[in-house]
Amino acid sequence: MDYTIKIGGEAGQGIQTIGDTLARVFSRSGYHVFTHQDYESRIRGGHNFFQIRFSDKPVMSSRIKIDILVALDKESITLHEKELLSDNGLIIYDSSALKQKHENQRFLDIPFVNLAAEHGGSKIMANTVATGAVLGMIGMELAILLGIIKDTFGKKGEDIIKANVNAAVAGHDFSAKQCITCSFSAAPLAKPRMLIAGIDSIGLGAVASGCKFYSAYPMTPSTGIMNYIAGKGEEYGIIVEQAEDEIAAINMALGASFAGVRAMTGTAGGGFALMVEGLSLAAMTETPIVIALGQRPAPATGFPTRTEQADLNFALYTSHGEFPRVIFAPGTPEQAFYLTNKAFDLAEKYQIPVIIMFDTYLSDSEWTFDGFDVSKLRNTEYRLRGEALQKLSEYKRHAFTESGVSPLAIPGESRHLVVTDSDEHDEEGHIVEDAETRIEMVNKRLFKKLPLIRQEIEPPVLYGDSKPDIVVAGWGSNYGVMRECLDTLPKNVKIAMLHFSEIYPFPSMDKFDYMKVLNNAKLTICIENNATGQFARLMRAETGFEFKASINRFDGRPFLLEELVERIKQKI
Amino acid sequence: MPTLDDYKGKTPAWCPGCGNFGILKTFKDAVVELGIEPHQLTVVSGIGQAGKFPHYIKCNTFNGLHGRTLPVATGISLANHDMLVIAVAGDGDCYGEGGNHLNHAIRRNINVKLFVHDNQIYGLTKGQASPTSMEGMKTKNQPFGVFSEQLNPMALAVALDCSFVARGFAGDMEHLKGVMKEAINHKGFSLVDILQPCVTFNKINTYEWYRQRVYHIEPEYNSEDRVSAFQRSLEWGDRIPIGIIYRNNRQMLEERIPVIMDKPLVKQLPDLSKLETTLKEFY
Repeated sequence: MDYTIKIGGEAGQGIQTIGDTLARVFSRSGYHVFTHQDYESRIRGGHNFFQIRFSDKPVMSSRIKIDILVALDKESITLHEKELLSDNGLIIYDSSALKQKHENQRFLDIPFVNLAAEHGGSKIMANTVATGAVLGMIGMELAILLGIIKDTFGKKGEDIIKANVNAAVAGHDFSAKQCITCSFSAAPLAKPRMLIAGIDSIGLGAVASGCKFYSAYPMTPSTGIMNYIAGKGEEYGIIVEQAEDEIAAINMALGASFAGVRAMTGTAGGGFALMVEGLSLAAMTETPIVIALGQRPAPATGFPTRTEQADLNFALYTSHGEFPRVIFAPGTPEQAFYLTNKAFDLAEKYQIPVIIMFDTYLSDSEWTFDGFDVSKLRNTEYRLRGEALQKLSEYKRHAFTESGVSPLAIPGESRHLVVTDSDEHDEEGHIVEDAETRIEMVNKRLFKKLPLIRQEIEPPVLYGDSKPDIVVAGWGSNYGVMRECLDTLPKNVKIAMLHFSEIYPFPSMDKFDYMKVLNNAKLTICIENNATGQFARLMRAETGFEFKASINRFDGRPFLLEELVERIKQKI
Repeated sequence: MPTLDDYKGKTPAWCPGCGNFGILKTFKDAVVELGIEPHQLTVVSGIGQAGKFPHYIKCNTFNGLHGRTLPVATGISLANHDMLVIAVAGDGDCYGEGGNHLNHAIRRNINVKLFVHDNQIYGLTKGQASPTSMEGMKTKNQPFGVFSEQLNPMALAVALDCSFVARGFAGDMEHLKGVMKEAINHKGFSLVDILQPCVTFNKINTYEWYRQRVYHIEPEYNSEDRVSAFQRSLEWGDRIPIGIIYRNNRQMLEERIPVIMDKPLVKQLPDLSKLETTLKEFY
């Protein structure tokens, strides 16, 4: 069992509600789920879709071919009819709402609107009818959906719940009865799985790392982090401040961090451009900060709601001056959760900026997991506070130490003063002009810390053949689709994947000699969602290794499974 | 009780006769008289001659970037509202580079005291026009004189319903001290624009020029009437009012955030015991 459902329609028609609900039904049924979305930069109209793949085996990418198309507008049919699987693909639609009738047996006409009015008492519930109808086609029971309806509409009262339940039942019964050509069969139910999108994983990771302050300016695809943390603010004691611009956002976070709390900001490439000056300020003042950087196609405004991996060079090299930074690029929501925690840990431990790179694809995609393990989180307190600080005879914010890391005290907790400066400064934090202090400070901030930070970086993950002839390499959100490609390719192909989620400082060979794997392979392919192969260039700069081939996609869309398999086959 | 000695900082690198000296001395007097200890105070500054201010006293210091004093100060005050947070900036720093932040700090009514060293010129970059330079002033970069209208920070602040709006003069230290103390004691965002002669680059707005024009706002003036405050804020030229132009009792941001009602954020250690429950929300 491996089915794909696509829900297409205009913005504002509720395709996300249907998609989210179905994904939740499948994850609660114990299936593996992967969803991805495609939408335009508008609130109403246009063409959007939500795609759900679910299976009794792990899934982590989207397919081109679909089993069921839920068409809420005519354009969905025009655009996606050709994606239907030839043997059993079906389209469900409402001929009275779309004002067109299809006699073809691949079409199932379900009166979403009329059934909603008749059984739910309002046309508004047409989407609930559609959701029920999909489950009827697959032959799934309604119990789990009804539970979700109760959770969703609980606050709105019994009448609303009842109306939605009736609408769902009407849709379910209609399709179960009318869909003679339906040949889907659902696998037996299993233990419910966790369903989470990349963007929520970053927000959750921040909450789970003791983040107390988040300031940002809304920008796709990063806004979801602010939404999530704001929703948890009261429960966890977190202040979320919407700043007037990204410059203010990063400076506020730095102020909060200086004052003694774990702080974070998030943005997309364009907003990060405004933050760049603040990144350098974090470095000079050695103020810990975590920055989530969501990539979308640029330059400038680009494709605001679509996906790309083209800000790697930007994140690596931006800001004036030379200083250590850490860059992570999680490949899955699970990695996003743990790497956000590691980002906080390293930012606090070494008093540096840590950047978590993601993209619209990872942000919006929901994955299923067995669960996240809270005991794996690292939440060490590195700050100097309370008695430990009070009993010191002397305190210097930027004191020279063996490791280059100076004690980070909380201002106001003792009579010791905490002084820092964006100018070059002495150990106390006061402005200096002399060459000797400058050299010592650069040694401290950069050369002493860097080797220690590098040791913290994990090597890439190897998946597939242990002595591969072919290696595909990638970073960030391509983890899932690359991995599934390997599973799909014929068994006689000796192929493996190297996936990098901890990008910078570039992982050393100490823990895993991945260069050996690359050097022994006959063919190496770097797969990236950008035009110029930014990761391949980084690899060359750091190791001298040059990939023999590359596969790039830069049309603002993610790699789909069948497409990437084909493109890898062409190279082999 | 703190003494002036507690506030003795580095030797200033300002030009002899600079108006900043008067502000520095007055500030130390004010905080000592208010009984504020150096560790209870954080000064946030930017870049410019005013940006060096915190190095010349002793206190917690974040000397950040040009124009960005207010966002940093906002972050500090939100994280620790027990801390007295003072932002020190010049006219270029605060009204030019960081202008947008001023609007929004006023709107938020964050409990930060902003002291602007307003010398109507750029000092550190050697004599270019600032947002408060008078129209027609000639400089190396404005050889035909300044074309833009002079920014009026007092009128701007009153228009935005700023919680505390005042002007002082570096050459009238006793009066300035009173204004600074009122600003520090006020609950909410306070803007104090301090007229400060630049003896090196501003040959127009000299000590003498200010002395001939400034007058103390009369004691019977009602600083809580916004309309008359706006009228007063427009006065500039032959007579320049100094003193408290406007104040209101808007609730400050720190009082409105439920999370910090009981204690400052920095005193709340993260409680992660509920994480397992939170994870269940994704099932």
